[in-house]
Amino acid sequence: MNLVLTIALTHVRFRIRQTIVGVFGVAVGVGFSIMMAALMEGSQNDFVTQLVDSLPHISVTDERRDPPPQPATLAYDAAEIHGLSTASIRPGIKNPFATMAAIESWLPGAVAPSVQAKGVVRYASRDTAASLVGVDPRREGAVSKLATQIRQGSIENLYKASNAIILGDQLAKKIGARVGNTVTVVGGNGNSIHCTVVGLYHSGVSQADQTQAYMLLKTGQILAGQTGLVNEIRIKAQDVMASRDLARRIESETGYKSVSWQEAHEDLLSAFELRNIIMYMVVGAILLVASFGTYNIISTITHEKTRDIAILKSLGLRQDTVRRIFVLEGAIIGVIGLFVGWALGYGLTLIMGQVEFKSPFIDANRLPLLYSWRHYIVAGSVALAASLVAGWFPARKAASVQPVDIIRGAS
Amino acid sequence: MSALIETQQAVRIIDGEIPTTLVGGIDLVVHPGEFVAITGPSGSGKSSLLYLLGLLDIPTNGEVFVEGKATSKLDENARAQLRLSTLGFVFQFHFLLPEFSALENVKLPMRALGKLNERQMQARAEELLTSLGLADQMTKRPDQMSGGQRQRVAIARALANDPAVILADEPTGNLDTKSSEQVIAILRGLVSQTSKASRAVIIVTHDLELAARTDRRVHVVDGKIASEEQLTPHSG
Repeated sequence: MNLVLTIALTHVRFRIRQTIVGVFGVAVGVGFSIMMAALMEGSQNDFVTQLVDSLPHISVTDERRDPPPQPATLAYDAAEIHGLSTASIRPGIKNPFATMAAIESWLPGAVAPSVQAKGVVRYASRDTAASLVGVDPRREGAVSKLATQIRQGSIENLYKASNAIILGDQLAKKIGARVGNTVTVVGGNGNSIHCTVVGLYHSGVSQADQTQAYMLLKTGQILAGQTGLVNEIRIKAQDVMASRDLARRIESETGYKSVSWQEAHEDLLSAFELRNIIMYMVVGAILLVASFGTYNIISTITHEKTRDIAILKSLGLRQDTVRRIFVLEGAIIGVIGLFVGWALGYGLTLIMGQVEFKSPFIDANRLPLLYSWRHYIVAGSVALAASLVAGWFPARKAASVQPVDIIRGAS
Repeated sequence: MSALIETQQAVRIIDGEIPTTLVGGIDLVVHPGEFVAITGPSGSGKSSLLYLLGLLDIPTNGEVFVEGKATSKLDENARAQLRLSTLGFVFQFHFLLPEFSALENVKLPMRALGKLNERQMQARAEELLTSLGLADQMTKRPDQMSGGQRQRVAIARALANDPAVILADEPTGNLDTKSSEQVIAILRGLVSQTSKASRAVIIVTHDLELAARTDRRVHVVDGKIASEEQLTPHSG
């Protein structure tokens, strides 16, 4: 066996208690880092998945980011305009089906029209505000999970009754409506129609389940007070992460505001980024503290071994050889700690996965966890690097020992 | 015959508020086959001279030659390499690595030099320990051996790389009479064997009886050679 490795292994083996403490420090650092990363990233992914699944990836609405320019500002370099009043524009996307066909011609994914309207659902003298969504059942299944989220009835039931409506299960519960009941739905402009409840759905997102109701596109248009109206085109992209770029292209081609799911939840995603930074800082701090343990141990060994270092150097060992011995000792503690930490991290994550809880906001009753080899690599690399650095400083000191000073002192 | 090790006006001064002269300009030449004793009272500079000869210290002025090679300008690594290949040390305290067995301690310098394979190192370490009467102590650690046995292991370690010069600092200073006798006999044997005539042994001692059993006695006082006495005729 290599001389450096032999001496390093002997040192750590003969100081087994200190070595165990050092290994334990690194292992706990690595283990808890892995568990924490699994928990943080797991919950983040779970949340994003729910967002992505329950909402369209891109929403093209009849809004525009900027008001259309005045002809005078286009004609002249500078123009001062007075006394303008906002023009009344007919809401909705112009030629929606032609627009959808144009998008479909190049976009990998699915496209569906919808009408969004605000209203009130009334049943047995109980009113509740609702977001009314008129959809095309044949297309809706491709852009949202509505079809799979229906607990009673089916999305095709929208065709089976005149003015059929599918309610969020909590909305229905709030007003006491059941499948087969007739509810009154009042649109934003006062239009009122009787709708038959043909299904209940449960998305798992409390806000949606308490407020949303689905109906046919045509019914939605009646409640919005405008026939032929489509004020939102919903898009499900094949590549979820490409949504932002696709939205940008749609907006530049159609002129309508296209919002990707990333833009819609920018604040949330920024919060996640901040959360990740905090997480990695905490993980780094844990591992840094663990490395202090390693530093302490290697430092103690070099202090105890000063005489041996002097002897080794007097025999003819070079400075860098002596340095390598103690850096290697740090590495040995780091590597053993890393493997133990991996096992500990995996175990802790498994245990966390077994913890049951109840939340009024989401359906899940177990902590969402992400098992990723990346967590193991990151925690392991940081721990190993910290151990090497922790070994380096005492090693440098050890290498600079002048044998004659020690031997003279010992004699 | 050319010198194995030589100092030319070697001076060693320790800096400080009041600089201390440890070695004050010593000329010493040691030839192959010589067994030389450096004697002197405590604080006379005899150990400091040995450290200069052993390249453990660098002269403030003057020069130390090992096998004709000037060493004061060599960098630390080159000096370490020269110590490893050409010089062997025996200290008053055995200075064996406590976690290693006798065999492993003897193999250390060979491993550091890296000229032999594991099998050859094992064979040489066993041969050395056996020749020093330690055949049954090979697997024992220093704390399981007597003082005399430890010092013999230290001698075996010093001989591991077959160095040209053995430097011993009070090698019997910590031993009982019987063990001292054994150690002296071994050191004597290192230069008296026909096949080892190319080797020199230099010991530092304040024991005049021991010094009397060497070939030449160099008496150091206040960092300078006060007297030199040839005790047995030397061919060089």
